[in-house]
Amino acid sequence: MTQFLKLLFRNRLAGFGAVVLSVILLLVLLTPILPLQNPDTTATADRFLKPFTPGHPLGTDHLGRDLLSRLLWGTRLSLAVGISAALIAATIGSAIGIVAGYFGGRTDNVIMRGVDMLMAFPYILLALAIVAALGPGLMNALIAVAAVNVPFFARNIRGVTVSLAGREFIDAARLAGMGHARIILTELLPNVLPVIVIAMSTTVGWMILETAGLSFLGLGSQPPQADLGSMLGEARSALITHPHTSVVPGLMIFLIVMSINLLGDGVRDALDPRLRSGALSRPRATTLVERQGEIPPASDDLLAIQDLHTQFHVGKRIYRAVGGVSLAVKPGECLGVIGESGSGKSVTALSVMGLVASPPGVITGGAVRFQGEDLVGAPYETLRQKRGDRVAYIFQDPLSTLHPLYRVGEQLAEAIQSHHKISSKDARTRAIALLKDVRIPNAESRIDNYPHEMSGGMRQRVGIAMALANEPDVIIADEPTTALDVTVQAQILSLLDDLRRDRGLAIVFITHDFGVVAQLCDRVAVMYAGRIVEEGPTGAVLDAPAHPYTKRLIACVPELGGGRRELAAIPGLPPVVDDLPPGCAFAPRCDKARDDCRAGDIPLDGTAPRAVRCLYAEEAV
Amino acid sequence: MGSYILKRLVSAIPVLLGITVIVFGIMSLIPGDPATAILGAYATPDNVEKLNRDLGLDKPAMQRYFIWLGNMIQGDFGRSYSLNRPVLDEVLERFNATLILAGTSFVLCAVLGILAGVVSAARQYGWADKLITFTVLIGISVPAFFLGMMMILLFAVNLRWLPVSGMYAIYGGGDLPDLLNHLIMPALALSAVATGVVARLSRSAMLEVLRQDYIRTARAKGVPERRVIMGHALRAAMVSIIPVLGIQAGFVLSGAVYIEIVFQWPGVGRMLVDAILKRDLLLVQGGVVFVAACYVMFNIAVDVAQSLLDPRIKT
Repeated sequence: MTQFLKLLFRNRLAGFGAVVLSVILLLVLLTPILPLQNPDTTATADRFLKPFTPGHPLGTDHLGRDLLSRLLWGTRLSLAVGISAALIAATIGSAIGIVAGYFGGRTDNVIMRGVDMLMAFPYILLALAIVAALGPGLMNALIAVAAVNVPFFARNIRGVTVSLAGREFIDAARLAGMGHARIILTELLPNVLPVIVIAMSTTVGWMILETAGLSFLGLGSQPPQADLGSMLGEARSALITHPHTSVVPGLMIFLIVMSINLLGDGVRDALDPRLRSGALSRPRATTLVERQGEIPPASDDLLAIQDLHTQFHVGKRIYRAVGGVSLAVKPGECLGVIGESGSGKSVTALSVMGLVASPPGVITGGAVRFQGEDLVGAPYETLRQKRGDRVAYIFQDPLSTLHPLYRVGEQLAEAIQSHHKISSKDARTRAIALLKDVRIPNAESRIDNYPHEMSGGMRQRVGIAMALANEPDVIIADEPTTALDVTVQAQILSLLDDLRRDRGLAIVFITHDFGVVAQLCDRVAVMYAGRIVEEGPTGAVLDAPAHPYTKRLIACVPELGGGRRELAAIPGLPPVVDDLPPGCAFAPRCDKARDDCRAGDIPLDGTAPRAVRCLYAEEAV
Repeated sequence: MGSYILKRLVSAIPVLLGITVIVFGIMSLIPGDPATAILGAYATPDNVEKLNRDLGLDKPAMQRYFIWLGNMIQGDFGRSYSLNRPVLDEVLERFNATLILAGTSFVLCAVLGILAGVVSAARQYGWADKLITFTVLIGISVPAFFLGMMMILLFAVNLRWLPVSGMYAIYGGGDLPDLLNHLIMPALALSAVATGVVARLSRSAMLEVLRQDYIRTARAKGVPERRVIMGHALRAAMVSIIPVLGIQAGFVLSGAVYIEIVFQWPGVGRMLVDAILKRDLLLVQGGVVFVAACYVMFNIAVDVAQSLLDPRIKT
């Protein structure tokens, strides 16, 4: 509770709302004992006195009644009526919802049909009909407003009850021989109550406003009794000549509604944990760059990642997702990047074209050079023109990476038209050809499918076709086959292999699967905790792994036909990258680790093309 | 698509019947004798009995309901005793005015609200976002009737830019510019709250969508950022915005009652309030049923729009 209040008040606006509302509530509670004039005493001689008149701080109304006194008494009445309406609506609505949700079946069906029908009315029509039948009056307005809000509670509480009614403790109570009434009162109600309270706190503002509205229309409180709505309604005829009589009650309604809204937002934010971490930030068009240190000089590789540092800044924490990675590919070459989840391989890949979500991602050092040109910190338009045209991506899980509301043909055509001025018709023809390239049968009809109408393998091929659309120089494939079954995986790998041989395409292939690496890659780099721990030609690394981590990783791969043996697993978990130990990050899980492994930075060493970051390598490289 | 629309229309029939049952049920809540309620406590017994007979109130409730329903289906909503003309004629005429007002406000709230939400999300934490968030907070907290009154003070009385009230100038006018002149203030006042709600929802829907993987895909393809926001992201966000637009239409229709009173707009809301104060129950009954039925139809249109946007909805 204290934590909740702390969260609530951290939101300054919510705190402001709470303070304003408390002041109003306090004033209203104290109204009977405050030295106020009688709100109903008329004095025709003192009509329409301006505010700040002695004796009448807020002036007087059209009958010479003291506005301050009327305002406080009116607020008191408005709040009392609104809150009563909320309580009545919550009680009746929740009762209906609990009964419907608890008994389910036909009862539920009949009740919810009725509720749906009530919700088919714009709320005021229902309220007007009720007031029409019962006659104008504050009590009847209260009944009308409460009745109109019953369906809201019924529906919400029913939803919660349905999910609770299926839980074990309800079954247990039933088996213990408790009656329905007792189960509802002792088991269900305590669990539903918080939801009722939250629903009430979000609607009470509305109900105050609705009753004020009915009074404004002359259908609520009747003279001389006045709530805020009828004060405003009565003042309307003098709006142009004496605006202060309207402004005073109007501002009070505004203050009440605003403070309840602010408070409600604060409560919602405090209850929604996602908002706390600031996770609801939208990623910008390119990753934020705050580069420190020197920029490495250009190399003659097609694509070179040089001493790249990418971090995630979440609150005060800094996660060093990529801590100084250097990789390079030449035309026609396939480089595998392998590592466990969280080793920084995807972040490395996304950093190339500035696609790391930012906030919280920040590139803090190094360079990414495409044909010698540094892309880190390059203007957005420079990056955009390269994205998908020169350097293309294939992502994992094509169900979430393809747009669900566009046909695949449109998505393919868009990839082309973002870089080439061609007609939609030509783009479509080209899209069909691309689908054929990735061996999608019936490409002419498949092109009009939506992603959800295709199988996983089919969608993955669409993802590949999209990457190929502009015949890029480099494709960065981020676990493109992880979500697929083995036969489809094999087809897609051979497809990629053909493409690089036919078109001289360079591929950076990110995976956690050594089998895939062996099949496709010329060279491989092994990543751990945001750094490369070993690299070299695929055959050499697989046959004679030099880093203990690589060795253990390879040992984890079960061999087909290798007979029954114990599956090796690496004990422990990869380190969290906001608090890396000095020295080798793998040391805590390594059985060869000695004190000097934990002492200081260990360089990536060896004779090209092999290198390893280990003091006690398994093999000399 | 045609069959989906048909299916939704058929499914509306029980809802429409439910509406008539509810309205009829509410009207039978009238305490005591309705004819006395209408004619007042000093009515002669003869008059009361005559009115009861005219209204068919001497028959049992079930029978009365079916007579009323049957007549309505044939377009006979009864006769307004206070206006001495058929209820339907009056309702149709008034509804026309309400439609102009509420329709304009609805379009305003949809366009302005979505636009504000998109800008706010795209410039999250920027000055535009802060300005919009603040304006929205004020907008959703001012009751429509108070906002309307303040607008009259500012724009009609002090600045003299716009007419105070009515739908047309009493002498002369009556053409489109005249109508627009009278429409601007009430339409803006009516749309304020709904615009705020739509803007808020659009902002959070956009923020949610912009974090999705398919947005990263669009960026990775090199789609220009403007198109990423206004195309890919907005289209996906519309899936959660459209149902809220449907709900807001109901709120706009409700708020129209207040705005029609403040600006003396000759719409159905003002007619209903007058009818209630004059105890013209047939007019209330007919007006409520008619507007609620229109709202049900509008919501079907919203569902159809949603199914056009989202291919994953089974049609």
